[in-house]
Amino acid sequence: MLISQIIVHVVLLLVMPPLLLGVIGKTKALFGGRVGPPLFQAFFDLIKLFQKGSVISSTTTWVFRAGPVVGLATAILAGLFIPFGGHASPVSFSGDLILFAYLFALGRFFTASAALDTGSAFEGMGAAREVTFSCLAEPALFFGFLVLAKLSGSLSLTAMLDGPMPNSWGAAGASLVLVAASLFIVLLVENSRIPFDDPNTHLELTMIHEVMVLDHSGPALGMILYGAAMKLFVMCALLLRIVAPFDSGNIWVDWGIFAVGMLALAMVIGVVESIMARFKLTFVPTFLVAACLLSAFGIILLLR
Amino acid sequence: MYQLIDPILVAVLLLNFAALGASQLRTVIHAIALQGVLLGVLVVVAHNEFTIWAVLMACAAITLKGIFIPRLLFHAIREVSIRREVEPIIGFIASLLLGGLGTALAVLFSNTLPIAQEHVGSLIVPAALSTTLTGFLILTTRVKAITQVVGYLVLENGIFIFGMLLVEAMPFLVEIGVLLDLFVAIFVMGIIINRISREFSTVSTRNLSSLKE
Repeated sequence: MLISQIIVHVVLLLVMPPLLLGVIGKTKALFGGRVGPPLFQAFFDLIKLFQKGSVISSTTTWVFRAGPVVGLATAILAGLFIPFGGHASPVSFSGDLILFAYLFALGRFFTASAALDTGSAFEGMGAAREVTFSCLAEPALFFGFLVLAKLSGSLSLTAMLDGPMPNSWGAAGASLVLVAASLFIVLLVENSRIPFDDPNTHLELTMIHEVMVLDHSGPALGMILYGAAMKLFVMCALLLRIVAPFDSGNIWVDWGIFAVGMLALAMVIGVVESIMARFKLTFVPTFLVAACLLSAFGIILLLR
Repeated sequence: MYQLIDPILVAVLLLNFAALGASQLRTVIHAIALQGVLLGVLVVVAHNEFTIWAVLMACAAITLKGIFIPRLLFHAIREVSIRREVEPIIGFIASLLLGGLGTALAVLFSNTLPIAQEHVGSLIVPAALSTTLTGFLILTTRVKAITQVVGYLVLENGIFIFGMLLVEAMPFLVEIGVLLDLFVAIFVMGIIINRISREFSTVSTRNLSSLKE
């Protein structure tokens, strides 16, 4: 793996996530007939937040301050394991898919703990919802990984997503469609997008992720937003490689294809958010169970 | 065209899950209408050539299962004005999981069956078994008479898929006869739904389990 490739990978991982939020926002604005915030609004927000001071409640402990830091750090680490568009990831070893999934779980654990640390009943409720839904999303993700692992005969994310993906579509297209659909649901749930959660609501009893971060302010909130954007970016990269495994042969063209594909995927998410209404909270588990079944069905088709 | 069978059957199986997991009756009816259309297409694909009988059969199946019966059901839910199955005996998530389990078991079981050589590895038998199971599940765990009709339809769809195994041997008349049976059964059920709703002002079959003195 060339050092230049690693640099491109890290730069994309650090710079592109807020841009995806901008593309989603623009798409939604377009559907609503508005001009919408500028494409780089998420960058401006982050810069503004990092320049601010923050207020920390005296009842909180170090857990509250660790939450955003761990959340961001785990998202960056997880981003190093996912290959971006056919390029090998900077770090990879056999079994790294389990570390990948549980890095997100670790970040979630600390975000939820930070929410509980404030002692607010409201944030406790959000934390409870968050962990309930993610424990339903986890089997869906793992069933999906199982299909990919079975197809490639390997347990490392790079080997699973890199080489054999284009050929796998011919061999097991039906399974991959199911896995892609299931991962898309997981992506929407985990990143609190409509129709499962609304990232823009701030004082409603129905929200999930947002409610946990009400007490954070300034740089801490900035880290949470940045970490959330990065999580979206990483999961989009995973889905994109499954849906569109194109390899042109030229390394730099591949990076271009990857960047354009990611923006297109962000537009798809924006379209989904524009044309769908938010589901009732009690329906979310039903959809997550359906996502698990889709992936499980993919495995059945593969093992048949 | 043979390789098209499996994708169609996968879609049919996914529609089973949609019918199991949705509480909106409109969604359920849309799902089985689409399933009916797919089965019609399946007839042509399974015959592997455009014979006049295959096309006729497909048209009959699509018109009946995809258009006529769904319209009848839509008419029925408008007439008795119910929108959703409120209290199934087994919840939606549980029935989804049961359906998933049933599909897995159907795949495992059909691997052990002595099937004719040309159907080994095809999805026909597992799809037929799991669709039949889904039909049973809907039929037994829902309380609204209309959802039970839907369950019966899914059950019949499962049997219809089984028929695809015998596509060379089964005479056209038999298949048409099966479709006619289905039509008559739905018709009778429609009359029963009408009677229940006139008698009790709801279509819940729970009312039928207690005797009147």
